[in-house]
Amino acid sequence: MSVQPAIALEGVCKRYGASEVVHDVHLRLAAGESLALLGHNGAGKTTLIKLMLGLTRPSAGSVRICGRQPRERGFSALRARIGYLPENVMFHDTMTGRELLTFYARLKGQPRSAVPALLEQVGLGAAMDRRVRAYSKGMRQRLGLAQALLGDPLLLLLDEPTTGLDPLLKRQFYALVAERQKQGASVLLSSHALSEIEARTDRIAIMRSGRLVACGTLAELRRAAGCPTRIRVRIAAAARDAVLAAADGFGEVHLLGPDAVEFACRNGTKMDLLRRVSALGSIVEDIEIVPPTLEDVYNRFSEAAEPQ
Amino acid sequence: MKAILILADKEIRDGLRNRWVLGTILSFAGLALSLAFLGSAPVGTTRAGALTVAVASLSSLTVYLMPLIALMLGFDALVGELERGTMLLLLSYPVTRWQVVLGKFLGHLAILAVAVLIGYGSAGLLLVWSADWRLEGGGAYLAMMGSSVLLGGVFVALGYLVSVLARERSAAAGWALGLWLFAVVLYDLGLLAIVVSAGDALGARQFVALLLASPTDAYRILNLIGNEAVAVVAGLAGAAAKAGIGSLAPVSAMLVWLALPLIATLTLFQRREL
Repeated sequence: MSVQPAIALEGVCKRYGASEVVHDVHLRLAAGESLALLGHNGAGKTTLIKLMLGLTRPSAGSVRICGRQPRERGFSALRARIGYLPENVMFHDTMTGRELLTFYARLKGQPRSAVPALLEQVGLGAAMDRRVRAYSKGMRQRLGLAQALLGDPLLLLLDEPTTGLDPLLKRQFYALVAERQKQGASVLLSSHALSEIEARTDRIAIMRSGRLVACGTLAELRRAAGCPTRIRVRIAAAARDAVLAAADGFGEVHLLGPDAVEFACRNGTKMDLLRRVSALGSIVEDIEIVPPTLEDVYNRFSEAAEPQ
Repeated sequence: MKAILILADKEIRDGLRNRWVLGTILSFAGLALSLAFLGSAPVGTTRAGALTVAVASLSSLTVYLMPLIALMLGFDALVGELERGTMLLLLSYPVTRWQVVLGKFLGHLAILAVAVLIGYGSAGLLLVWSADWRLEGGGAYLAMMGSSVLLGGVFVALGYLVSVLARERSAAAGWALGLWLFAVVLYDLGLLAIVVSAGDALGARQFVALLLASPTDAYRILNLIGNEAVAVVAGLAGAAAKAGIGSLAPVSAMLVWLALPLIATLTLFQRREL
């Protein structure tokens, strides 16, 4: 294995006619690292992955995968060590799971004997001799993962791999991917929701309208997003003004009703506010603290106003 | 080379699975058998061997049927996989695009070759058997089988060109049908119109060149007037003597018609962005 970064994108742009779907993206993925690529549909995630695979050419900038450019001679051989799971993976429906995976294994120069074990591993052992036409969405996705895992991949590119999977399957899916990462594979997986990914990857990159708008660990993103922690206070009747007076100057206030107020605290003002409110004694009946959800953090980046 | 064979092997399996191979074999065998045994009745017992008669009648119909079947195999090959989304995954594998096209071509050609071998071969054997194992005309019959596969290859390649040019599968189907109509009917009608209107102004050489410019006419020349005995049966002996074309020119013409669309397909597919 090389010390070359698994992925190195520099100033990558992609235009289709007049529309620019990827704009000046710089991204690096070290060998053995994992990255989640987030963004709404149409943010440019799939195009970015296609650029990495050489399925489409960049309009500008350079793409290097394990130190090689996708269009150079010899990249084809490297593809044997790249596992790709397309969004909405499609297969030849008339073939059985075993036949299909055998076909893909042969193309990657892997022995046929590896196929049944791999199908067993993704939980398709019992269905391997049924035609793919009869597979459910979850089974197709698992077959898709199985073909991506063929041949001890150096790099896994998984495009929205868990859409349509139930929570149990999702967990199994991520466990299989984590296992490969432990064996040294670099992983890039895309998704349209941060809550889907949580802290499953080392770093998170967020795309919006073809641009990379954030990249870092989950903690870094939380900090950078500066989303408020919400504090909901339930108050004894007719005591609302006292609470409002005590909490004056702590940012946004939402009146939820005659007996409830919500404060949005930013930048470490939370504890101060809590101390003041609790000092009011028995007129405060309940305090509920709602930290920013992953959804809030994600929306902060993915929905911010377009740069002028 | 290995990747090409793996891809060809998959096309053949696909063909077997979706009954393409079976259907093609049955239609070829049915055509050959009915022509061989029913079609020879009006001829009665001639000096010509049963196989010679069969070449004349069978090649006249193959020239319509084979291009249709080959185009049906070819038009879907690229646009179908692009539309269904299976091409995306395939091209992320260690295969080049030209390997994908050549692998498919080899597989499709093999399907047609097997269908011709079994369909026409069985009818030929039955004819030889019914003629008390007289092998007269056997060479012409084998040449017809071989050139039928070649004709199939030409139209599979043309089908690929349609497939790489069309944006949608349904459009490709329409174009393939139009191409078939042009190649087997309209071109000859146009040629006829030229001959009638030009009269003596059109020399024999130019006429032959115009015939060779069409793969179906090249196939006809090869099978109907390439062999003297067949030409007699087909009533084209005079034409054969006058034209003086060997089998080299029509075979070369067909090979060119196979290579050009294939090269064009490879070039266009190479540039295609997914």
